[in-house]
Amino acid sequence: MAVTSPPMDLRGHEEENYLNWAYGVKSWLLTTDHKRIALLYLVSVTFFFFLGSLAAFLLRIDLMTPQGDLMTSDHYNRSFTIHGVIMVFLFLIPAIPGIFGNFLVPLMIGAKDLAFPRINLGSWYVYIISGMFIIAVVIWGGVDTGWTFYTPYSTTYANSAVVLTVLGVFLVGFSSIMTALNFIVTIHKMRAPGLTWFRLPLFIWAMYATSIIIMLGTPVLSATLILAGLERIFGIGIFNPDLGGDPVLFQHLFWFYSHPAVYIMVLPAMGVASELITCFSRKRIFGYKFIAMSSMAIALIGFLVWGHHMFVSGQSVYAGIVFSLLTFAVAIPSAIKVFNWTATLYKGTIIFRTPMFYVLGFIGLFTIGGLTGLFLGALATDVHVHDTYFVVAHFHYVMVGATVMAYLGALHFWWPKMTGRMYNEGLGILSAVIIFIGFNLTFLPQFILGYLGMPRRYHVYPPEFQALHVASTLGSTVLGIGYVLPLCYLIWSLRFGKEAGPNPWGAVGLEWTTTSPPPHENFEKTPVVTTEAYNYHPFEEEV
Amino acid sequence: MAHSESSLVAPYFKDIEQQRETNTLGMWVFLVTEVMLFGGIFLVYAVYYFNYHDAFSEAGKELNLVLASINTLVLLCSSLTMALAVYACQTDKQKMLVTFLTLTLILGAVFLGIKGFEYFEKYEHGLIPGANFHYEGEYPLQASLFFGLYFAATGLHATHMIVGGTILAIITVKAMRGFYTSVNYDTIENMGLYWHFVDIAWVFIFPLFYLIER
Repeated sequence: MAVTSPPMDLRGHEEENYLNWAYGVKSWLLTTDHKRIALLYLVSVTFFFFLGSLAAFLLRIDLMTPQGDLMTSDHYNRSFTIHGVIMVFLFLIPAIPGIFGNFLVPLMIGAKDLAFPRINLGSWYVYIISGMFIIAVVIWGGVDTGWTFYTPYSTTYANSAVVLTVLGVFLVGFSSIMTALNFIVTIHKMRAPGLTWFRLPLFIWAMYATSIIIMLGTPVLSATLILAGLERIFGIGIFNPDLGGDPVLFQHLFWFYSHPAVYIMVLPAMGVASELITCFSRKRIFGYKFIAMSSMAIALIGFLVWGHHMFVSGQSVYAGIVFSLLTFAVAIPSAIKVFNWTATLYKGTIIFRTPMFYVLGFIGLFTIGGLTGLFLGALATDVHVHDTYFVVAHFHYVMVGATVMAYLGALHFWWPKMTGRMYNEGLGILSAVIIFIGFNLTFLPQFILGYLGMPRRYHVYPPEFQALHVASTLGSTVLGIGYVLPLCYLIWSLRFGKEAGPNPWGAVGLEWTTTSPPPHENFEKTPVVTTEAYNYHPFEEEV
Repeated sequence: MAHSESSLVAPYFKDIEQQRETNTLGMWVFLVTEVMLFGGIFLVYAVYYFNYHDAFSEAGKELNLVLASINTLVLLCSSLTMALAVYACQTDKQKMLVTFLTLTLILGAVFLGIKGFEYFEKYEHGLIPGANFHYEGEYPLQASLFFGLYFAATGLHATHMIVGGTILAIITVKAMRGFYTSVNYDTIENMGLYWHFVDIAWVFIFPLFYLIER
């Protein structure tokens, strides 16, 4: 299986696959093949990730000194807005659905493509064009509102390119909607014979729940951004208290999308975790139906908790109490997943490969991020730590600690399937460890900073916070090295990696039954499914 | 133009039935997002109607009820012709299909024409916020909110009419060439679903803005 001949020698008699099916720029830019679109997403998402990381790194360097020597306050505001807008709208939301959702949904359900391949290609074009537009606006125009665009600052007072940025974010929403619509319809209508709902891989359940949130949430953000844009252009006053408008209404509408958007970012990561943990425990997942249904529960309850972002915005105390209770309720399905993953590991035949390192890191960091979320969901505690670095640390544990770890785990797990090549295992494990250490070094100090009272989005700070800020910046340097390392060895593996073969991990699931990389049509013959998902039999192998 | 059934099925579908069901489900899921989009605007309207009840009632009287009523009638008729077009397609009546699609298109254009005239009227009366707004009622600030929401809601609706009308025009040309038959009627059916949705959105906009406190 592990043939080490360089790829050039093989090209002559290589099997036909989706990569060598057609050549040339046009065959990529006009492709409707979901696997090729996934790779288009991979390249563009990686680009935006490193751009957003660069902005974050500049912030961290600036925060090394209490008076902030690198940038002016205005540049600082613009930098954290660039970081937030890029990371939320151009990396976290599209990353796993755009790359792994696109690549895997048809493969995992035994279909030849998504239901609407041209809409799928359209979604990438909308994504890349509005992404480039946003980059151009935030770099040449500059926006200083933060990614939340709170009114009335954004609509009345901000002296920066708010309307154009809002337009870009509005446009990129169409791209998520197109992807989500495709997934919902595909999962409903194009499953292989025998693949009933409760035989679906849990990644599919996660993508289904994510898509539902995108369908219900994104249009509300669109409507809000339309109103905010109209307000800034025509001065209607919908969110301006001087004209009888209500700025908190903007926050309600914004978080009605943007809190569920947090689940858009983390549910796909949870789907990835379920796939990886079963594979490297060689064991059926513990509580399949509970994990599947907890995804749906998160999608549903996630829509009822937005008010916990506004405990100190002057919303009614009684509303605050209800939102607080519902916030505790949404922690239950997340906890169910963590317990079930842990129970899956129990008495499993655990194999320590690179993706497993990433996913174990994911579970640990997600647990910390999730539990600190409960501190913030409690009314009284939140008043103390609201808008401090505690909040920053909390959501980075969920978004970066959990989602990015799972994203990289997914990349290392399905890389052999996508490219047909293996990367260097030692470097893979090294990168997972460096990222885990670097991440904790960066964000653990921020919990303490926040608890001590360091407010978020501040350019200058009292000197007694400097030691923790320096620690955080040092950590971010380690984290940065951890992120660049996979970029290097994964690109290296394209040329020099060993051939992976169809199933290097011994995993089950339809995507592993076809060749790596898969042929243009995905499967030679439409597969027929006769067993449930994660049918690993460790004991039979021993016998 | 006659097709064999298999030439109409995209290679990634099993058969034409799966393709048809998939397309229709896609349209329904899309309409869910549309409900949420208009829902967001209606929610904002509801909040301010609750807060500024008197001002909104007063400002609502500035709108042209006669023209809007005619427009409502026009739009409901266009829904009827659209539904008949779907029926014609399903029963393979080609001439009837083209006739009803064209009628729908004409009624949609009439609606937009009347709407445009209404906008022009508002401009002449100085009721467009941000463009020389001078309202002489008791609550000018809140009236500005009312008209802002009026233009946001009707403007969003008109945008949907223009996009829908453009697609309908393309479909009508294809229908003239005999592209749609009782085998692949799903495009016409989905166009109909979208068209009815835009009508329903209007059925909500009309009472919310024109009929409050009449």
